[in-house]
Amino acid sequence: MRYVADIVVKLKKSILDPQGEAVRSALGSMGYTGVQDVRIGKRIEVRLEAANEAQCRQAVDEMCSRLLANTVMETYDFSVREEPGE
Amino acid sequence: MADRLDNEQDRVWQTMGLTDEEYERIRELLGRDPNYVELGMFSVMWSEHCSYKNTRAVLRDLPTSGPQVLQGPGENAGIVDVGDGLAVVFKIESHNHPSAVEPYQGAATGVGGIIRDIFTMGARPIASLDSLWLGDLSSARARTLFSGIVAGISGYGNAVGIPTVGGQTVFHPSYESNPLVNAMCVGVMRHDDIKRGAATGVGNSVMVIGSTTGRDGIHGATFASADLTDEAVERKSAVQVGDPFREKLLLEACLELVARGCVLGIQDMGAAGLTCSSCEMASRAGTGMVVDLDRVPRRETGMTPYEVMLSESQERMLLVPTPGKEREVREVLVKWGLEAVVVGEVTADGMVTITEGGRVAAQVPAKALADEAPLYHRESAKPEYVDRLAAFDTDDVPACEDLSGALLRLIGSPSIASKRWVWEQYDHQVGAGTVIGPGSDAAVIRLPGSKRGIALSTDCNSRYCYLNPRLGAAHAVAEAARNVACTGARPLAATNCQNFGNPYKPEVFWQFREAISGMSEACRALGTPVTGGNVSLYNEDGETAIRPTPVIGMVGVINDVERRVPMGFQADGDTVVLLGATRDEIGASEYLAVVQGVEAGQVPTLDLQAEARLCKLLWTAASRGLLSSAHDASEGGLAVALAECVIAGSRGASLWVDGAGADPGLTTDRFLFSESGARAVVSASPSTLDAFLALAAELDVPLAVVGRVGGDRLCVRFGPAPDGTARDGSTLGEADAARCIDVGIEALLSAYEEAIPCAMQG
Amino acid sequence: MKFGVVVFPGSNCDRDVQTAARAAGYEADFIWHAATAVDGFDCLVLPGGFSYGDYLRTAAIARFSPVMAAVAEFAASGRPVIGICNGFQVLLEAGMLPGAMLKNTSCRFLCKAQRIRVESARTPFTLKLRPGQVITLPIAHGEGNYYADSETLAQIERHGQVVFRYCNESGGATPESNPNGSLGNIAGVCNEAGNVLGMMPHPERAGEQILGGADGRLILDSVAQWVQGGGRIG
Repeated sequence: MRYVADIVVKLKKSILDPQGEAVRSALGSMGYTGVQDVRIGKRIEVRLEAANEAQCRQAVDEMCSRLLANTVMETYDFSVREEPGE
Repeated sequence: MADRLDNEQDRVWQTMGLTDEEYERIRELLGRDPNYVELGMFSVMWSEHCSYKNTRAVLRDLPTSGPQVLQGPGENAGIVDVGDGLAVVFKIESHNHPSAVEPYQGAATGVGGIIRDIFTMGARPIASLDSLWLGDLSSARARTLFSGIVAGISGYGNAVGIPTVGGQTVFHPSYESNPLVNAMCVGVMRHDDIKRGAATGVGNSVMVIGSTTGRDGIHGATFASADLTDEAVERKSAVQVGDPFREKLLLEACLELVARGCVLGIQDMGAAGLTCSSCEMASRAGTGMVVDLDRVPRRETGMTPYEVMLSESQERMLLVPTPGKEREVREVLVKWGLEAVVVGEVTADGMVTITEGGRVAAQVPAKALADEAPLYHRESAKPEYVDRLAAFDTDDVPACEDLSGALLRLIGSPSIASKRWVWEQYDHQVGAGTVIGPGSDAAVIRLPGSKRGIALSTDCNSRYCYLNPRLGAAHAVAEAARNVACTGARPLAATNCQNFGNPYKPEVFWQFREAISGMSEACRALGTPVTGGNVSLYNEDGETAIRPTPVIGMVGVINDVERRVPMGFQADGDTVVLLGATRDEIGASEYLAVVQGVEAGQVPTLDLQAEARLCKLLWTAASRGLLSSAHDASEGGLAVALAECVIAGSRGASLWVDGAGADPGLTTDRFLFSESGARAVVSASPSTLDAFLALAAELDVPLAVVGRVGGDRLCVRFGPAPDGTARDGSTLGEADAARCIDVGIEALLSAYEEAIPCAMQG
Repeated sequence: MKFGVVVFPGSNCDRDVQTAARAAGYEADFIWHAATAVDGFDCLVLPGGFSYGDYLRTAAIARFSPVMAAVAEFAASGRPVIGICNGFQVLLEAGMLPGAMLKNTSCRFLCKAQRIRVESARTPFTLKLRPGQVITLPIAHGEGNYYADSETLAQIERHGQVVFRYCNESGGATPESNPNGSLGNIAGVCNEAGNVLGMMPHPERAGEQILGGADGRLILDSVAQWVQGGGRIG
C-alpha cells in the first residue's frame, strides 16, 4: 500500500522561538492586536510504501525520532493516509 | 523542421522581446523562418543582458590590455598576473531586477552566479564583495529589500564558504523601487590551471554537470533587459532559487576535475542557460555542437525543448572533457553527489544543433547567436538638469556654525555610517585568508602558498555620476585605486558594473556614454585596464531611472602581505599627515547633501596624475614599512576621514590645521568637508616620519603635518599651532564651535555604529 | 601530532583547520565522510560549515555519515575529538554531547570576534589555558543558541562540562556579552570524560597574528601537548 505521511515538527513549548517572536511582533505592528503567540515549525510530507497502516505509522514514527525531529528541542506529530491509486 | 509556427500571424517574437527588424535579421541569417525554439534562443542571446547590443559600441572605448592582463573581457571572468606564478580571476555582475522582486533569492543567486564565473576559469574563489544601492531607510520597502538582500548574500555566500569581505552600501531615494545588487567574486589559481569556455576538438564529448534542469528562471535574461514595471514584477517565475549546498559541491567537483586534468573547456550555465553556454563555447572555438535534449537530466516532467534550452536552473555547467576522461568526470561528480551526463559532441559545422526524440528541434549557426547580435548606436542627449544643477553656486551656502555637530550628522548618515549591521551577517573570515576585513578602505586577502596579498575594493559615487557622469565615473576609478593603495597595494586592474536606466531614452544613453568615457580615461591614466564586468540597463520603475551608477571593482597586489597598512590610527604619539591639496570643492559633496540638504554643484575636479602619484607614494611607503595607518579622504572630506581613523583605531588625535596645501582663504568648514580628490590621511611613527616625508617630496605629493595621535577625543583646530607643534587636546569652549571640531570617541562611535541598526528598527 | 579533519559534503572550514594546524607545526589530513576507518590520527576534528546544506536542521544529516561510527569509536577509546561550529552541532545531533542548537535570538547570522572565558582547564583542549582566562576567538554562525533542558544543564554544570562561556572584557558572562542567546552563555561543552569537545567559536581562524589573533593556537597546542604526553582518557 502507498501512504502519505503528513508530519509537523515544532519547537518544544518550553523553548523560546525567536522567529515566531519576530513574526508576532510584526503582526502586532501591522494592527493585528489580538495575536497572542506565534510558533514556527516545519511540515514534512513523506510518501512511502508499507504493508498496512500500523506498519506505516511505526516507520514514520521512527523516521521522526531518528532524523526528522531532534527530540532534545522539538516535538513532532503526524497523520497518515492512504494514497489514492493512480 | 519541428514546431513550425505561423510566426507572421502571431508576431510571437514581440512577446519574446525581439523587434520586427531583429526578426527579419534572424530570417536572413537562417535563410528561412525560425521555429519557436530557435526564436527563443535568439531572443535570449540577443537580449541586452547577453549581447550588449545597445552598449557594445560604446564599451569598446574601455582599455582592456596591459602586461598584467592574462585574460580580458569576453570570457567568464578576467584574469591578472600577480606574480609567483599566481593568477587572480575576478568579475563583478549585477542581479538588480531579481533582487527587486524577490530580494533574498535574487541576491543569493547573484552571488551564486558570480562565484561560478570564477571557478569555471579553474580558480578557487577566495573572496566576495557586494555593492548594494537601496532607497532611503525611512521607507519600509527599502528596509525590507535591504534586510532581504543582505540575508540572501549571507545565506548563500556563508554556506558556500567564500568570505564576503567588503563592498559598499549606499542609500538614496532613486533606488527605492529598483535596488542595485552588484556582486564581485575573486579567485586565485596557478597560471597553468587557467580554463576557458571553448568547445575545442571535433568529436569531443559535451557534458552537462551539476544540478538537474527545471523550469525555473525561463527568460531571466530578457527579464533583466526590460523596465521594472508591475507587469514585470508579476513575472516572478523568472526568479531562480539558489542552492548553495549544491554550488559548494559543484565548486569542489570542478576544482577536482581541473586538478585531475579532466577539463578541456567549461562554461557556467547562467543567464540563458544551455542556449548561451552551447553557442558561446562553440563560437569561441570556431566549432559547432550537437546536443541531445533527451539526455539532459531534468527535475520536472513534460518539459518542452524550448523550456530546456532556456531554463536558468542554477548550479549547472557545460563541460568539454579531455578525450577519454568522461568516466573519470562521472566518478568525480558522483563522489560529490552530482550529475554528469554526456549530452552531445563537438562538431565541425559551426552549428548548434539541438535534437529531441531523434528529431532536430533547433539548428542555428553558433556565431549568429553569440556574435552577430545587432549593434545599435542609440541616440544621446544631455539631460536638462545637468547644467542647471551644475550652476548651483556654493558661495551661497551658509557657513557652518557647528562643525562637531555637522561631523556627527555626517558619520551618522546611513551611507557613511558603519555597515557593521551588514557585514556581521557575512562570514568574512572563512578561508583563513582575511587579513583586513570589511569596514576599511579595501579588504586584503593573503594568497595561499605565497607572501603576497591582494587588496579589493568597490567604489562609485552616484551623486557625482548624476551631476557629471564623465567626471563621476573617473572619480569612481580614482577612489577605488586610492582605496586599494591605502592598504599598501599597487592597483592592477578593474572590473565594472554599469547600472543605468532605459538606453532608449537619449538622456540615459548620454549618461552611459559619458560615464564610459570618463572611466576609460581614468583607467588609462592609472594603468588599471578593465578586464570584464557587466552592463545592467532598464533600472527604472517605468517613470524614474536610478542615478547613473557605474561601479568599479578594483584589484591590487601587495608583494609582502605583512606590510599591509590598516586604516585606523595605531599608536599614541604617531604623527598625522594630510596628503594632497584641498580646494574649495564642496559642490556635490556629502556635507552639502546631508547637512545643507542640497544635491547640486560642481563635482570636484580630478587630477589623474596627482592620483597616480598619491597611489605610488602610498604603496611605496607601505612596502618600506613607513606608515602606521592610511585612509583615503573622499565622501565627507577630511573631517569624516579623520573621524574614521579615530573610530577604527579607538584612539583620538589632536590636530592643528593651518590650511597648508589648501586654497588661500578657504574657510574652516570648506577645508574640512571639501571632497577634493587625490587626498589621504596617514600616520607615521617618529622613527619613520622623516623617511616618509622625504619619499613624499621625491614623488611630488603635497602634504601638511598636522598633529599627533593620542587621547580619547578628535580635536581639529584651525590656524597655526601656538608653539609650532601640535599639542595634546584640551576641551574647547562653545564659542569655538564654528572654528574647531572637538568630539569624544564615544560620541563618534555611537553616531557611527548606531545609525543603521536604529534606522532598521523603523 | 596529526589531526584528522572530517570532510562532510558542505563542510567549509576543513581547509582552514589544516592551514592552522600546519602553521602551528602539526600535520593535518582530510577524512572523507564516507570513510569507515580513522586510523593514524591523534585527534579528530569535525570542522565548521554547512554539512548537507544544513537542510532539515543543522548537522541533522551529517550525523548519519558512514564515518560517524568510527568517530564514536575513536572517542570511546578516550582519544580527543573536537567539533567546531557545525562540527559541534554534529556532535550534539549524534548524541555524543548533551543539548541542542537553536537559531540565534537575533534570527541573523553573526560573524565577529568574541571574548570567551575558559571554565575548565582539565580537558585535553585547554591544558595551556587557565580557568577564568579570557581569550578572543571569531564566531560565525546563525544557529549557535545552545539549549539543554534544566536537568541536563544542571548536570553538565555539576560535572564541569562547560568548557567556555561567552563573556565581556573583564570575564563577566553577562547577557550583553551573549551573542546568540545560549543558556548560561555556553560557548563550548565537553562529554563527561572530557575528551570530546564541542565549541561554537573558531580556534582555527585565530591561529596566526596576521588573521587578527592567535588565541586559537592555544587550543591546538593543548591537544598536541596532551597527545605527546601519551594522554588518553579512560
